[in-house]
Amino acid sequence: MKNVWRLKWLTLVLVCAGWVLPALAQSAPPTPDPWESFNRKVFGFNEALDSTLIQPVARVYREKTPDLVRTGVSNFFGNLRDLWSAINSALQAKPGPTLDNAGRFVINTTLGIYGLFDVATHMGLERHTEDFGQTLGRWGVPTGPYVVLPLFGPSTVRDGIGLIADSRGNLINQVDDVSERNVLWVSHLIDRRAQLLPLTDQADRIALDKYTFTRDAYLQKRLNDVYDGDPPETADPTEADSGADAPKSNP
Amino acid sequence: MAMKTTFVLRRLILTGLLALGIPSAWAEEAPDAFVKRLTTDLLDTVKADPALRSGDMQRLSQLVDQKIMPHLNFQRMTASAVGPAWRQATPEQRQRLQDEFKALLVRTYSGAVSQVKDQTVAIKPMRANPGDAEVLVRTEVKGGAEPVPIDYRLEKAADAASGWRIYNLNVAGIWLVDTYRTQFGQEINAKGIDGLITALADRNKAGTRK
Repeated sequence: MKNVWRLKWLTLVLVCAGWVLPALAQSAPPTPDPWESFNRKVFGFNEALDSTLIQPVARVYREKTPDLVRTGVSNFFGNLRDLWSAINSALQAKPGPTLDNAGRFVINTTLGIYGLFDVATHMGLERHTEDFGQTLGRWGVPTGPYVVLPLFGPSTVRDGIGLIADSRGNLINQVDDVSERNVLWVSHLIDRRAQLLPLTDQADRIALDKYTFTRDAYLQKRLNDVYDGDPPETADPTEADSGADAPKSNP
Repeated sequence: MAMKTTFVLRRLILTGLLALGIPSAWAEEAPDAFVKRLTTDLLDTVKADPALRSGDMQRLSQLVDQKIMPHLNFQRMTASAVGPAWRQATPEQRQRLQDEFKALLVRTYSGAVSQVKDQTVAIKPMRANPGDAEVLVRTEVKGGAEPVPIDYRLEKAADAASGWRIYNLNVAGIWLVDTYRTQFGQEINAKGIDGLITALADRNKAGTRK
């Protein structure tokens, strides 16, 4: 147990060093993806693992499992996530979303029978997904470089650390029996993968380079999530170095 | 909140002026009203047409041509996604780029269209000054457990029926033109504009075969 913690701590220190040192070097202009060559390798590994193992299982699950059962499974895991979202909304000092998420968890666990039925949405309580990475972001922690995590996929240094907290904060961890816990984690993974199938199929169809597409989409979405749909206005890049020689509109 | 009042005020004045028969320089729709009208109309069309939802690409292309393209400044979107290389592109290359980009986008959004069930669109309060030539309209698509934010950037267009055209689109925080700019830039750096056109054409052909 102690050795596992020491290893995790050491990894954290090395990761942070890798994050800080390139910034100190300052010889080359900052790129958004300083670890690109490493990331591409992990991305390749993830893609291989996904296409040979995880995706087929998720597709079979989607095709063979009755819609009602799949909805119930998604609702169950979504409910666990709502509790963690409530905690993070509270940590971010957002009273509205905290009440919504907490309300969702209470109502769906009771009236919705352990989260199988999403009664709360019908009662008008919207979900506001929050995780620990967003909490760190809200309090000013910068993302650090883009990093592709084995199995978990696109992330950043900050959000990767957040993931550790997220897995601790998932009620699945409170289950004592190891094999039961593993069954829950695997089900969670398959459910999530099945949910994401339309998005990833989309990316396959339209991306010229899946790696950069995934990276850019992830980073933009993450910034949007931290700011709850209201990210700081960057200069509109459609004008900067655009090829458009359409006349600039004069106010 | 003040902005909303200003727009309401403008509309009242406009109505009053029209009633008096005095031509007004503001004879166009408010951008957020326009977006609301357009998106609601699109959603209603899709909801009423099972062929569209089941993935009929021909009908979807028709829908895009009739109901969406007139409201986009598509040349600006393509030029912006292509970046500085656009200036060196010949008119034929530019046309091909637009055609392939349009085919790509139709395939991109065919997935979204197939997921439409009973969603509705809500417009968020707009932060813009009345004289702005470019505005940001923010909406939310409601219908699932968590609403999906969709934002539009619009420019004033004197020749458009509503007076506005869309030149960028954001779904769940991801700006369409910006994401494609990186993709296109990589391809252009490696193989030039013709290389990009070929890559897009290949991707579009592969997509239709799937």
